[in-house]
Amino acid sequence: MSFLEYRVKFAPTGIRKILYMNWPLVLLVTAVASVGFLMLYSIAGGNLETWALPQMQRFGVGMVLMFIVAMIPIWFWRSMAGLAYALSFLLLLVVQFFGDVGMGAQRWIDLGFIRLQPSEMMKFTLVMMLAAYYDWLEPKRVSRPLYVLIPVFLIVIPTVLVLMQPNLGTSLMLLLGGATVMFAAGVSLWYFAGVIGLGVGAVVGVFTLRGTPWQFLYDYQYARIDTFLDPSADPLGAGYNIIQAKIALGSGGWSGKGFMQGTQSRLNFLPEKQTDFIFTTLAEEFGFVGAFSLLGLYALIIGFCLVAAFQNRDRFSALLIVGVAANFFFYIAVNLSMVMGMAPVVGVPLPLLSYGGSAMMVLLVGFGLVQSAHVHRPR
Amino acid sequence: MKRTARDTEASKRVLNRRTLLLGGAMGAMVAVLGFRMRYLQVDQADEFKLLAEENRINIRLIPPERGLIQDRNGKVIAGNEQNYRVVITREAAGDVDLVMRRLASIIPMTAEEMQRTIDEANALSAFVPVTVAERLSWDDFSKVAVNAPALPGVVPEVGLSRRYPLDTDFAHVVGYVGPVSEKDLEGLDAPDPLLKIPKFQIGKIGVEKWMEETLRGEAGTKRIEVNSAGRVMRELERQEGDPGSDIRLTIDADIQNFAQARLGQESGAAVVVDVTNGDILCCASSPSFDPNLFVRGIGYDDYNILTENERRPLANKTVSGAYPPGSTFKMVTALAALEAGVVTPDYRVSCPGYIEYGNRRFNCWKRGGHGTVNLTRSLTESCDVFYYDIAQKVGIDKIAAMGRRLGLGQTFDLPMSAMTAGTMPDKQWLLDRYKQDWRIGDTINASIGQGYVLTSPLQLAVMTARLASGRAVMPRLVRMVNDRELPVAEAPALDIPVEYLEAMRLGMHEVVNAEKGTAQSSRIVDPTMVMAGKTGTSQVRNISKAERDTGVIANEDLPWNRRDHALFVAFAPYDAPRYAVSVVVEHGGGGSTVAAPIARDILLRAMSDGLPSLEAYPASQRGRIETMLKELPLRDPVTGQPPAATET
Repeated sequence: MSFLEYRVKFAPTGIRKILYMNWPLVLLVTAVASVGFLMLYSIAGGNLETWALPQMQRFGVGMVLMFIVAMIPIWFWRSMAGLAYALSFLLLLVVQFFGDVGMGAQRWIDLGFIRLQPSEMMKFTLVMMLAAYYDWLEPKRVSRPLYVLIPVFLIVIPTVLVLMQPNLGTSLMLLLGGATVMFAAGVSLWYFAGVIGLGVGAVVGVFTLRGTPWQFLYDYQYARIDTFLDPSADPLGAGYNIIQAKIALGSGGWSGKGFMQGTQSRLNFLPEKQTDFIFTTLAEEFGFVGAFSLLGLYALIIGFCLVAAFQNRDRFSALLIVGVAANFFFYIAVNLSMVMGMAPVVGVPLPLLSYGGSAMMVLLVGFGLVQSAHVHRPR
Repeated sequence: MKRTARDTEASKRVLNRRTLLLGGAMGAMVAVLGFRMRYLQVDQADEFKLLAEENRINIRLIPPERGLIQDRNGKVIAGNEQNYRVVITREAAGDVDLVMRRLASIIPMTAEEMQRTIDEANALSAFVPVTVAERLSWDDFSKVAVNAPALPGVVPEVGLSRRYPLDTDFAHVVGYVGPVSEKDLEGLDAPDPLLKIPKFQIGKIGVEKWMEETLRGEAGTKRIEVNSAGRVMRELERQEGDPGSDIRLTIDADIQNFAQARLGQESGAAVVVDVTNGDILCCASSPSFDPNLFVRGIGYDDYNILTENERRPLANKTVSGAYPPGSTFKMVTALAALEAGVVTPDYRVSCPGYIEYGNRRFNCWKRGGHGTVNLTRSLTESCDVFYYDIAQKVGIDKIAAMGRRLGLGQTFDLPMSAMTAGTMPDKQWLLDRYKQDWRIGDTINASIGQGYVLTSPLQLAVMTARLASGRAVMPRLVRMVNDRELPVAEAPALDIPVEYLEAMRLGMHEVVNAEKGTAQSSRIVDPTMVMAGKTGTSQVRNISKAERDTGVIANEDLPWNRRDHALFVAFAPYDAPRYAVSVVVEHGGGGSTVAAPIARDILLRAMSDGLPSLEAYPASQRGRIETMLKELPLRDPVTGQPPAATET
């Protein structure tokens, strides 16, 4: 389907496009980001400059980018998919060999004004690539092994590169995001069942073979798994973060300790409190009411995205929206599971809340693509 | 790659179905997250709230201010002074070695002390403060404060520490405090949590130890908020404790100082007891030491000097020194015989200078003998043969019983360390102790306070007080607690016929005031302060027959530790007894020449305001006494400062 097949004449043009944007989504995203500013202000002990202000500036830039991306027709972005994927892939290779070392992992390219994380870019360029691929592929063929293998490679190769950085969190996101697009595109459920079966088998194998000469993992890796399963066994070591996060959450109670009154974060008991563990401060200061409300906002954002995907009869657009929403969702799910002690601690930020520039901007660009798909949808 | 409309419709249906499935899965996950939130934040909220509080709140003890120890008039003997100290925290210091080197260039510190602090800091948690130096001068303290920017982690602090302004005068009675040791905690079921505070000081000896509970007070508490590193963020709540109670002793610091100075470098002890109520007015042991050294943590060298001194400055000779009482014991023998009825007050004995029993000869101190001696003269001239005679008649058990009634052979309920009961021997005691039968020779030796008889200076003072008052006076050391006067019960009568006691007092009067009295040169001529007493000279060695034949070697010709102990017990004024005194000078020679003058001076000091008046002394002695009094190293009565040349 080429762009000529879109019923262009019904699509809004010029500045009027702004009116056709998915405004509830824009407002929800802004609302969640504002909660983030509030929390960053609180965590810094009432200091705006430390984290909140830079984060607001980045959000501002990100919003502008979002609008620009939204104004550009979706068929342009579809034609850019291959190029964007190739560029991201190239950058991934570059950081692999020349990237700066930050936090013990090679992750970014310093462009001077911003530190570019190709792994972040890859999340959405991969989705774009896969959406374009399934837009091109005849729906009948989606489940044929060869046509399944192509997207699998598209997903696995960058995933492995990111994993080698090493960045377990982001590689996991790439894998899940890519798989979701394949799932939405209609790839036979048997493939998924097979992969899940293999995964379960591997997990069972890892545990049953433990202590035998054929064990899969090193002993220290088993020790990490033990710590995750029972953090209290190592309260001052690896289990510390999880225990303190749970204490922060739990002590927030129903309505929280009040804005800027969270003792766990203010007294530094919480690790990474402005980045991956920012949710714990929110939960501590605003309690279950605040935490659940945030979860509700997130659910609404995903809901609006999925509805937009339903409404969009363009295959590329729908798949792209589902991919972006799924990515967004997986970040939330993994981060919240982690801070609530339901998943091991992997470095996954909470989207729109955690302090950090490039993740926020990439996410807003992703929402820009959703908006573009929404504005330029076939009518 | 044309797609038919149906084709498109079908693929869109698949996509929508799959999207719906995804949405459902996501919704389920959101629900799981929501339930987890509810579980943590609602169901388990209380538990986690508790954990968060435990995280953030520490309870620290506030050490109470230790009670003061004062003399009977309120003069401070043990007080608390501001202690300027410097502590370092490793976490805040960063490079401990560097900071310590800088600190060492500002305040006096040896390389050894520096290393000790660095080791200690490295051994403890990073945020635990370690004391670098204590008792800094104000100058050094300010230097540290001024240089604070160059000394990260170094904090100047002000605390309280024990100080004994009258240092040597009360070292033995009051004792000193020191840090809690393992030994102190042994045997305590539930030790006061205060004792676990690092460097908390408790009484180690003397009144400080025995009245520890009274002096210590109750700890206060403060709840403080700490951050994850354990650093104190702020104080949330403070509950002040109760400071320890102040104690007023019965001792008069001025008399004590006089006695201590009067004893000088002699190895001896002097005890003054108020005959009317048992108050110990003076309890001096010499030589003494500075208890402040122990509070600071005494150095190895200083400690060795104290322990290796043959005059044993660390021992409290007033209560832990056990000496043969010698002739000061004669009143006990005489009273036992009188009360038993084996002799009458006008009983006479002929003294040829010795008696023989079996094949042993027991000598009188006067080789030529005293001739015919009655009771009064036996005391006045201290005839030994008289007592050899009456002791055989009355027997040791009755003598021992009388000794105990007069306060010998027992300890008293006083807050003092290492109190000895001495020995008041009888037949059973010898059998129990040495599996031996008592022999008459033992009785003869005991009759003049030799042999097995051992007494402490305090017991002798109590004995004298009882003889003087006729009552079973009990000594006491504490007059007030927290300004509340402790009640004194009137001592019960001794139940010895008055005429016998009068006979003793008369004899003692004659000892000092009769022309032939052994302590005649130590008499007091002021008629309102007349002294009555008894000399004692106790042997610490056996004199062989050969030596006796060639002539007993004079004390001055013997090495110090082989010389006789000099003793003197006395009371005054004679007609209305008020003060009883005992003086023991170890290896001092004769009781009449060494101990009696000291006892007289101390009694006069107790009876006067300030230094004794020269009028009280016999005219011929006044010049010598005046010089002696002038040269006494007394403290300034107001400041408590010792004279320039300090005694050690």
